[in-house]
Amino acid sequence: MRNVLAIAHKELKSYFSSPIAYILLGFWALVYGYFFVVMMNFFVRQSMQMNQFMQGPASLNVNQQLIRPVLQNVTILALFLMPMITMRTYAEEKRSGTIELLLTSPLTDLQIILGKFLGALAMYALMLAVSLIHIALLFYFGRPEWKPIIVAYFGLLLFGGCFLSVGLFISSLTKNQIVAGIVTFVVFLLLWIISWIGSFSGPTIDSLTQYLSIIEHFEDFNKGVLDTSHVIYYLSVITLGLFLTAKAVDSERWRA
Amino acid sequence: MVEVQNLSKRYGRVTAVDDISFRVERGEIFGFLGPNGAGKTTTMRILTGYIPATEGKAVVAGFDVFDQPVEAKRRTGYLPETPPLYPDMTVAEYLTFVAKVKGVPSAERRERIHHVMERTRVSDMAGRACGKLSKGYRQRVGLAQALIHNPDVLILDEPTAGLDPKQIIETRQLIKELAGDHTIILSTHILPEVEQTCQRVVIINKGRVVAIDTPSNLTARLRGSETMYVQVDAGDLDAAPVLSRLPGVTRVVESDRRDALVGYEVESERGRDIRRDLARAVVTNGWGLLELRPTRMSLEDIFLSLTTEETPTPAVPAGEPVHA
Repeated sequence: MRNVLAIAHKELKSYFSSPIAYILLGFWALVYGYFFVVMMNFFVRQSMQMNQFMQGPASLNVNQQLIRPVLQNVTILALFLMPMITMRTYAEEKRSGTIELLLTSPLTDLQIILGKFLGALAMYALMLAVSLIHIALLFYFGRPEWKPIIVAYFGLLLFGGCFLSVGLFISSLTKNQIVAGIVTFVVFLLLWIISWIGSFSGPTIDSLTQYLSIIEHFEDFNKGVLDTSHVIYYLSVITLGLFLTAKAVDSERWRA
Repeated sequence: MVEVQNLSKRYGRVTAVDDISFRVERGEIFGFLGPNGAGKTTTMRILTGYIPATEGKAVVAGFDVFDQPVEAKRRTGYLPETPPLYPDMTVAEYLTFVAKVKGVPSAERRERIHHVMERTRVSDMAGRACGKLSKGYRQRVGLAQALIHNPDVLILDEPTAGLDPKQIIETRQLIKELAGDHTIILSTHILPEVEQTCQRVVIINKGRVVAIDTPSNLTARLRGSETMYVQVDAGDLDAAPVLSRLPGVTRVVESDRRDALVGYEVESERGRDIRRDLARAVVTNGWGLLELRPTRMSLEDIFLSLTTEETPTPAVPAGEPVHA
């Protein structure tokens, strides 16, 4: 575990010693802030209209009418920014030869992979933390329910973990981080839009693609429903991604 | 300390390392000598557990590198051909990270880092980013990294490659100092380096062991004859027949020719100094003597003589004209 944390710490630090962390956090804050402001305006206008028609106190639910759509958009934002978190993890180490240091250190492959995954997850968690600032403002001015928010963020973390583990795997396949980034983005996109095909196919394919689409599983979290089947789905995808990474690293060793 | 038995590494149909066996004793400096692509790096990578062998066995510090990789790696320090530095980290940060992953207990970490930085003389660069270091410093930080967990076995892949002459001498000195506490395996393609630093040498060519011996034995074995290089201005005449007839000369080969200036390699019996005779012969014939010097046995020569041992090139008998 100490080894895992040492790698995770190094990974997290490496985001901040290059411009990547600042670009990620900056863009995240900017676009998330934009979403938030736009939705907030819309929400305020709707509330006012409701007020006028009903002549009573605002009855719009902040959780349902504001936080939920905002967090739904966060998943799309993540889709674009997440490849930047994982694209360099393995590719850069392979290109610069530092992978030789890691693989000849008294570490197991699993420790290295888990360390890298946790480092990436910590980076993503920091991005999520930035978005919590806006949510905190809602608590200052209103009274949103905090439990659904917790569940939704837990879902976001798991959802991001899936992308990160898949991204880690793709990064372990190449020496070129640009290639890793582009492939990761395309794969994420496919995992997101795969459910579209189901809408005009038969019910079997529909339910299958719904199940495969990583974003579909977030819906329930976003409603504040903690369904173990979704938790297990996300954990399975994360495990699969990490397993594939381990296999890729191991097979690379035999071919290298 | 290090034992390698019948080690082979194949990539598809290409054999990089072919049935290599050797032993390195505790505290020894063991040299890997060979041209580029001979299989030195591959062998070292197998020993450090970076890549697995196709066949054979390698035991480092009592642990099989394939069956007990973590234990073996804990006792091995490795400096790859390009030092594995993270360009964004400072030297101190880098060494701290390496100390952590190499399992140096946190209580000893500061002291170990300080010690290796002193030892490899990088203390003045502790706060500098690794990516901004000069080649010499990179190499030294790489060495510091290999030493940080005080390993039993040090494996250094061309530790002096790309350094300037002063740094080369310093690095060799450092390696010699380290030899007592650590068993060192180093690779190089520079012959004098092996002569100066190593106690034993294995010569590898095309993945095979050509010879294992002490440097002095190797050179002695190879120096069956002595060779002089002589450059003569003989006008239109051929000096080779004259030179071949000198007492003690076994073979004359024309090595280069520029207009009337012809250079010859003159081989003689071992232990016989033919320089005086050579000079006299050239001068009495009225030719110009432009250069006369003993030729060193270069690595290339050693390779040629070791790798072509089975099919020796036919030597030109003395007394006949030679056209190279």
